Amino acid sequence: MKKRYVLTGIDCASCAEKLENAIKKIDGVRDAAINFMTQKLIIEAGEERFDRVLDKVASVVRRVEPGCTLIL
Amino acid sequence: MNKVHKKDLYRIFIGSALFAAALLIPAKGAWKAALFLLPYAVTGADVLLLAARNIKKGRIFDENLLMSLASIGAFCIREYPEAVAVMLFYRVGELAESYAVGKARRSISALMDIRPDYAVKETGEGLIRVDPEDIAVGDVIVVKTGERVPLDGIVIEGRAFVDTAALTGESVPRQVQAGDEVISGFINSGGLLKIKVEKTFGESTVVRILELVEDSAARKAKTESFISRFARYYTPIVVIGAVFLAVLPPLFFSGIWSDWLMRALIFLVISCPCALVISVPLSFFGGIGGASKSGILIKGGNYLEALAKAEIIAFDKTGTLTKGTFRVTQINPENGSSRYLLRLAAYAESYSDHPVSRSIKEAFGEEIDPLRVTEAEEISGLGVRVRMDGQVILAGNGKLMDANGVRWKVSEGSDTVVHVAVDGEYKGNIVISDEIKEDSAAAIAELKRQGIEKTVMLTGDLRHVGEKTASELGIDAVYAELLPEGKVIAVEALLNETTAKGKLVYVGDGINDAPALSRADIGIAMGALGSDAALEAADIVLMDDSLSKISTALTISRKTHGIVIQNIAMALGFKALVMVLGVLGYATMWAAVFADVGVSVLAIANAARALNAGGVKHGRSMRQTREKAGFKI
Repeated sequence: MKKRYVLTGIDCASCAEKLENAIKKIDGVRDAAINFMTQKLIIEAGEERFDRVLDKVASVVRRVEPGCTLIL
Repeated sequence: MNKVHKKDLYRIFIGSALFAAALLIPAKGAWKAALFLLPYAVTGADVLLLAARNIKKGRIFDENLLMSLASIGAFCIREYPEAVAVMLFYRVGELAESYAVGKARRSISALMDIRPDYAVKETGEGLIRVDPEDIAVGDVIVVKTGERVPLDGIVIEGRAFVDTAALTGESVPRQVQAGDEVISGFINSGGLLKIKVEKTFGESTVVRILELVEDSAARKAKTESFISRFARYYTPIVVIGAVFLAVLPPLFFSGIWSDWLMRALIFLVISCPCALVISVPLSFFGGIGGASKSGILIKGGNYLEALAKAEIIAFDKTGTLTKGTFRVTQINPENGSSRYLLRLAAYAESYSDHPVSRSIKEAFGEEIDPLRVTEAEEISGLGVRVRMDGQVILAGNGKLMDANGVRWKVSEGSDTVVHVAVDGEYKGNIVISDEIKEDSAAAIAELKRQGIEKTVMLTGDLRHVGEKTASELGIDAVYAELLPEGKVIAVEALLNETTAKGKLVYVGDGINDAPALSRADIGIAMGALGSDAALEAADIVLMDDSLSKISTALTISRKTHGIVIQNIAMALGFKALVMVLGVLGYATMWAAVFADVGVSVLAIANAARALNAGGVKHGRSMRQTREKAGFKI
């Protein structure tokens, strides 16, 4: 299942890249991409665990880029 | 400028004023340090704090930390003005960069401002305005003049002109009336439409287009992945270089410690790879955004980049080079009447949905009694065989006749011929023509002018038919008499013909050539408006069926590629220059910061040019255009 979220406050492209890689490493995330220009985060993960994965994604965002907000 | 920007700006102003004061007031020793600490704290406190926090997370090569180290180092060797200048310029640069990115983002969102905000639903109690997400398939919606069609559907009442420019880039309005299909994203430019919704909002064209463009970030261009890999090594290497520069010359060549430390700090200042990392994806996305404005959807930076290296372009014939609308133009009965021959053919083709079959049934015009036809069998690439009123009818090409031992007449010309035989006896043939699109020849000539090495046509038609069309269009080579699976084999053969760096492009309509579309380096599907198959299968999707869009796409990809190369060369060039000057002792720290952030801003501004690469101005959004046209929103 693929879902898109708005990610605000991402100001530098290499930060977006770091965050993208960190999210990709989360257990249960099949693929992730951050579109730096449209400020969107696209997550692909299994349907049955999606909510749990999303919680982890939110905490990774807080840890890696405290300036960013993931709008759920 | 947003709130954060304003706060930054105030800090920069106050910091600059305090800095100027510190430079003017004559003080000595500790007093002097204290005077400079004031502006340093105002401008640099946040940076130092962030750096401290990032150390805790183990992020050593963070740019905040590098700037902090550089400025603290400058303080230690009593270069107070340098220390403050580093922080000050760094902040100015960050602000300019953030502002430039924000501006580019706004241009892009104006470009993609095609998402409908509401839908007007017809209910028992009259019209109500709802979120398009809340509309179900089968609901009836009303679209007035100036409004956007929110979901895909079929017009059930009314007639109107619709503006499709936001989706196709085509500025001539289209007329629609009851029975016609309308696509979300069209703008009603005059009239009233009642539409029965056929697809939910999430499955409607406008949402799928936006998702495609957003998802393009996931398919990174080679240059982009290369640069992010490069950036990962660049920073550590430059920082290690700085350490060597600080330590080795004083230790072994009796250099002055403070002098070489200063030069090393310059390395730290320019070790941030941001100008590089930011400008490359921005350029590609700008190109993708600009292309979408012209009705060209590109599914990833990788395809945009590859298109610039297109060498061979292969076209499917029917529906791509030709209109795909067949018409019966000649009926040549062997014995008996034309009407009899047409009736035989129409019944034979009654179970087939091939465009050729449809044209025969259309020419016949009468209702077909399905009970008269049994044992219908479609023989792929040859034709059909059915039993009608007990007799076996064959309808198809010459190969079908040969295979059944029927002697048939060869006909001249560039058209499709359907031969008909009853119980092994030849009854004559029907000639069907497909018109070449008006812009096909011009589009092919333009592609040649743009340096495409070879153009190829793939067709299921007879060789002489294909060759005639090809020579009319100026196409170099023809693969004719292909069965549906033969297109993939032809594409594979062509892939071998391309040089190591050259790319093969396949252009089709995405309906029956999905395997060929995905096998080629770049698959372009045309006439995709409303066709899910084409949207799914291709790498690049042309919303309408005008071949000249391929040239536009090529121009956009080459221009974007050029901008990417310029940005990389500029960023690396400036950094190398500053490093060399730094080692030789000609560069000051603040000049290094200035060069670094200056390049970032220049690169972002340059990347934003990719938005206009298609020659379509994005400066005015659709909304503004409509306001200008006097529509109320």
